[in-house]
Amino acid sequence: MSSETIALSTVGQDARPIGERLHEWVVTVDHKKLGILYIVYGIVFLVIGGIEALIMRIQLVVPQNHFVSPQVFNRMFTMHGTTMIFFVVMPLLFGFGTYLIPLMIGARDMAFPRLNAFSFWMTAFGGVLLYFSFIGGYGLFGAGNAPDMGWFAYAPLTARAFSPGHSTDFWTLALLISGVGSIGTAVNFIATILSMRCPGMTLGKMPLLAWLNLIMGCMVLLAISPLTAAQIMLSIDRYLGGHFFDTQAGGSAALWMHFFWIFGHPEVYILVVPAFAFASEIIPVFSRKPIFGYPVMVAATICIGFVSFSVWAHHMFTIGMSAYGNTFFTVTSMIIAVPTGIKIFNWLGTMWGGKIQFKAPMMFCIGFLFQFLIAGLTGIMLATSPFDWQLGNSYFVVAHFHYVIVGAIVFTVFGAFYYWFPKMSGRMYNETLARWHFWLFFIGFHLTFDFMHIPGILGMPRRIYTYEPGRGWEIWNLIVTIGVFFQTAGVLVFVGNLLWSLWKGEPAGNDPWDAWTLEWSTSSPPPDYDFAATPVVKSRRPLWDLKHPEDPDWKYE
Amino acid sequence: MSSAALTRNTAEQEWVLPSRGRVGMFSLIAAESAIFTIFVVAYIFYLGKSLSGPTPKDVLELPVFTTICLLSSSLTIHLAVRALRNAKVGAFGLWWFVTLALGTIFLVGTGREWRHLIYDKGLTVSTNLFGTTYYSLVGLHGFHVTVGLLLIGLAMIFTLLGKVKPEHGERAEIFSLYWHFVDVVWVIVFTVVYVIGR
Repeated sequence: MSSETIALSTVGQDARPIGERLHEWVVTVDHKKLGILYIVYGIVFLVIGGIEALIMRIQLVVPQNHFVSPQVFNRMFTMHGTTMIFFVVMPLLFGFGTYLIPLMIGARDMAFPRLNAFSFWMTAFGGVLLYFSFIGGYGLFGAGNAPDMGWFAYAPLTARAFSPGHSTDFWTLALLISGVGSIGTAVNFIATILSMRCPGMTLGKMPLLAWLNLIMGCMVLLAISPLTAAQIMLSIDRYLGGHFFDTQAGGSAALWMHFFWIFGHPEVYILVVPAFAFASEIIPVFSRKPIFGYPVMVAATICIGFVSFSVWAHHMFTIGMSAYGNTFFTVTSMIIAVPTGIKIFNWLGTMWGGKIQFKAPMMFCIGFLFQFLIAGLTGIMLATSPFDWQLGNSYFVVAHFHYVIVGAIVFTVFGAFYYWFPKMSGRMYNETLARWHFWLFFIGFHLTFDFMHIPGILGMPRRIYTYEPGRGWEIWNLIVTIGVFFQTAGVLVFVGNLLWSLWKGEPAGNDPWDAWTLEWSTSSPPPDYDFAATPVVKSRRPLWDLKHPEDPDWKYE
Repeated sequence: MSSAALTRNTAEQEWVLPSRGRVGMFSLIAAESAIFTIFVVAYIFYLGKSLSGPTPKDVLELPVFTTICLLSSSLTIHLAVRALRNAKVGAFGLWWFVTLALGTIFLVGTGREWRHLIYDKGLTVSTNLFGTTYYSLVGLHGFHVTVGLLLIGLAMIFTLLGKVKPEHGERAEIFSLYWHFVDVVWVIVFTVVYVIGR
């Protein structure tokens, strides 16, 4: 491998005209470029989905508000949910996975680079299609624009009679197409991790991020596919006059619920397992200790992967299942708390006795630990079916799942952002601004979602566009909305920091965190070929071995 | 390049990982299995729940001949792959063509069956739940057969142009995994739709 010739080809890049460089991003099959495309795409939709949340919260800030009409409110919560799950969190997690997995396992690219590009553009096309419904859904019928049946689209709201026009079809096609993209990415992750590892990296020596993404990939294969199947059925109902979910012809509305949630609940774990992966990489580095309980961590995640496929009907306690069904899903939902709790203890064990550095990535991960614990506790409350009968479909549920998705997943994604930003851009972010981001977002998060539990307990149902005064909900809704403005400010600081650091940040060097995994052994940003020579590893922390030849890890593993 | 320093152990050890093509194909098959599972569950769930006729008992006949054709195509594609592995490109082309023909016979048979059901028996997707679930499940399988046949046809053209070489043996084998999967799915669909469901 002649390094001179490789260096020459990278020097010429910046001289080319901007059109040519943009074209390179469109036709690229490089995992690093596609990873960044995924992440940028996710951030753009994060802002869009955030604006939708803001509109809803402004509408609910005082009773009997007329900021938006009920119709618009319905569209906002449908689009907010769909966008945040499918076009924000999934692309962000896939983006980090696509970027990091080959670098962490010492490969030069994914197993199927063209499939990688195909998957990204399918996901991208799905998001565009969903938002095209604002124009196209209105279409020839003049009925409705964006979809308004809620993100889980229960039958019969999706039937032709209740969703005329094309808005539901745009929703269906967007999820079908992005689902194909997700399956492609999962195939790619699994094949890359199993078949592209550098010499010496046995399964037991992989970074936890690779392990957890492998498990996530397997879950995507088995969970996204049922959603794809259900969307095909819905299209058959709407376009060919089928009766899958048509109760008037003997079809079953409950079947859609089962099909949706057999996707929907594993999906939560699909989103949170990569978040665990970020925490498992960041917490050891900023505690200056290797991860505590590596094999247990892997085993607990595999256990979560299996159990997550047997808990879906805890979303359906209120529809009137049999006592056996309720009992089964209550028990399984509580069992899944056990491996999850093990992981929390592992992270705490990693921090215990460590020399903790409170940099922005670590702060977000510590926030994640405590918020995820609370999210898990309200989860156990809701898993108890009699409790769920009282609070199902209330703001308590909304507060619970936002605690998981924002408090756990979005926090670790921000942490991952600050942690790997130096690697991706070659520049350091501004630590002061990052702290502002953390504290604004942290305060905003707790104002919004801590206090959102209370109107739920007081009986406020989700998805209502307004409410009457005098029910004791006013003050809580006001606090919740104030929190949203703090969160918005935090995200604006984040985006500002990002753009500022991209142009003006200090050069980061190869390894700003004194970290231990392979991605830090190459330059920042990494060259097109990732590694000039294929690395060979002997332990879970190859860079530790390199930096400490007198006391390498492989002697003890 | 600092990563070069990592390669201190230059002695090339035996480092064998599974073929990415096989892993990828097995992953795809897992995802497809989940899709088919949902359709099969829907079919079984709606058995006997149609509010009007025709019922499966009235209209379905066992497609024995086309089933034999499709299942034997698994054997012929296996023989084709084995021939290519043994560098017998001529035998490969022959068995590959037989596979293509058998698959096409199956698809034509399904088409005739559907024509019979639609024009003679009046069963369409919108007739009743049986129609909806039957055409969806059999149609989903037929779609997979069609995709397989298009790919087999493409490889057939390459074979006739003389572009297929023994080193393509692994690719042919990976594709044959997909074809075997489509056959296994047919065994399940046949059992559920034509045996249990009738």
